[in-house]
Amino acid sequence: MSLPEPSSSGRFGEFGGRYVPETLVPACQELEAAFREAWADQSFRDELDGLLADYAGRPSPITECHRLSAELGVRVLLKREDLNHTGSHKINNVLGQALLAKRMGKTRLVAETGAGQHGVASATAAALMGMECKVFMGEVDMERQALNVFRMRLLGAEVVPAMSGSRTLKDAVNEAMRDWVGTVENTHYCLGSVMGPHPYPWMVREFHTVIGKESREQCAKLLENEIPDVVTACVGGGSNAIGIFSGFADTTAELVGVEPAGGAAVGRGVPGVVHGMKSYLMQDEFGQVQEAHSISAGLDYPGVGPEHSHLSSIGRARYEQVTDDEVIAAFQLLSRTEGIIPALEPAHALAWISRDRAKLAGKTVLLNMSGRGDKDVGQMMEILG
Amino acid sequence: MSPTLAEEGLTIPDAPAEPGEFERSLRATRESGRKLLVAYVTGGLHDEWPDVVRAVADAGADAIEIGIPFSDPVMDGPVIQEASELALRDGASPVTVLDTLRTIDAGVPLAVMTYYNLAFHMGHERFASLMYEAGVRAAILPDLPLEEVGPWASAADPAGIETVMLAAPTAPDERLPRVVARSRGFVYAVGLLGVTGERDALAESSLIIARRLKAITDKPVLVGVGVSNGEQAAEVSQVADGCVIGSALMRRVVAGEGPAGAGAFIAEVRAALDAS
Repeated sequence: MSLPEPSSSGRFGEFGGRYVPETLVPACQELEAAFREAWADQSFRDELDGLLADYAGRPSPITECHRLSAELGVRVLLKREDLNHTGSHKINNVLGQALLAKRMGKTRLVAETGAGQHGVASATAAALMGMECKVFMGEVDMERQALNVFRMRLLGAEVVPAMSGSRTLKDAVNEAMRDWVGTVENTHYCLGSVMGPHPYPWMVREFHTVIGKESREQCAKLLENEIPDVVTACVGGGSNAIGIFSGFADTTAELVGVEPAGGAAVGRGVPGVVHGMKSYLMQDEFGQVQEAHSISAGLDYPGVGPEHSHLSSIGRARYEQVTDDEVIAAFQLLSRTEGIIPALEPAHALAWISRDRAKLAGKTVLLNMSGRGDKDVGQMMEILG
Repeated sequence: MSPTLAEEGLTIPDAPAEPGEFERSLRATRESGRKLLVAYVTGGLHDEWPDVVRAVADAGADAIEIGIPFSDPVMDGPVIQEASELALRDGASPVTVLDTLRTIDAGVPLAVMTYYNLAFHMGHERFASLMYEAGVRAAILPDLPLEEVGPWASAADPAGIETVMLAAPTAPDERLPRVVARSRGFVYAVGLLGVTGERDALAESSLIIARRLKAITDKPVLVGVGVSNGEQAAEVSQVADGCVIGSALMRRVVAGEGPAGAGAFIAEVRAALDAS
């Protein structure tokens, strides 16, 4: 295990904690105990591994991008989380949480979603396990990701628009937490990233360490040096990034998270407290949380998971920012050179590689291709005409 | 080895043994045989908000909670969310609300209700002293539970700000006494599982949590969340020392009923409490 457990108060360095309404404290404590117990129980692990293999389609392959690499002068490898069932890495976490929720006797899942990938994954897990599911999604995001809204409803979930504030991911989290405050007795909050109150940042990371573990083994076979020079991933809350970082934190690989310029919590934020955690947060001079603005609904978030704040502050990972225009170009670049249409989220990481290709010349970069682009095709059709 | 709470700077200081000004005032009112009524008013909502505060005090509120609006109020339902959004749009900030508060001589003790990030961002000492200078004597921070309250309480206690803790229906019996012991001003009993807002009937859980708290403390126990009118206030105050009314009042203010409407509503609740 290369990334350590948080402290007993749920902190990674100074970040993390459990800043929730008193009503939810016992539920978070109960969840922590249940996760700790399940994660140490081989039968739970076996059941989850079975689902990941037979239902989600793991392990996901690593694809070597020959044409892209030739064009950029950087050797690019993709960890293909886009090939998982439901089209993104999100399934790793929701299968774990749904199994755990069942084990805890909960009958209902509530979730937030930005681009809809976590919502679709949650609705999928709920359908698989016969649980009720309610997904909160910002009203703005429901418009730009209408296809995923339909998918969730098809899967039997109730999708509720978050109408307050910026009407995006941040507000969907608020609504999901409000729902949970009222339904905590029978409901599990299936949080979609490595954020929120303890134990979520830790638990969600653990459910995604499968990405890093597989990648490490695959790289050992694929690469002469066994490890890539750079491991990169997009960062909104940061779950796919922490998943792949976890496999290389104890190596010499450079870890690079890529944030959208309009939602760069690490790059532009200062420490703050919202959604149950202390972390870097984009806020105004008084501490009001600012609205993020990104082309990608999944990264349209003013905060970031606390472990990323910690990794940044100790210098183990660094965080770059890319603009919407750079992302649009990267989206097209990968489609054209490799026949892989990426989701807009991982296109951020590729946009960084492309921009910094001179500095990266001759290096081997492993990119977590966290999701496929089907959901974004409609939006891109409008942008590209 | 995981660091200790002390190493992380999270030690929870014991609450001072002596009640502060805010709590003494509520205790004195209770001892006079009166049920306690605390009204919540969103600071910075329309220019007339100081008049709403005065009207509510004149109508019989024993203390007033001033909401400093926050961008992400997770413990609040639709009415207080809307009030907060409107106030923020009008330019309300911790500084403008507290500055205005200095000029309001409401004649009753004042508390601030807001979310922790505003205190954290400004710095605990500065936030506490700004509150004190504005005449505030208590603070309610609903996203700062017992385990996280240490750093804030260490600044607030010496600054003369009494930190009110919330006690929820979900708390196991072993937890309630620790919450109560750290609570100053009063104990805020959360009446139901859910966020702030009006409900058609008083939740049974309001009476249960009030009973559990009254059995273990002589600090004033006030029930908030889901207390919507005079009848419900009177019902819950059969067990509790009183109640907090927020959403039902702010719905009227948001709807434009102004200081007069706010005062009339609080007078109605006061009358129901006094008649019970």
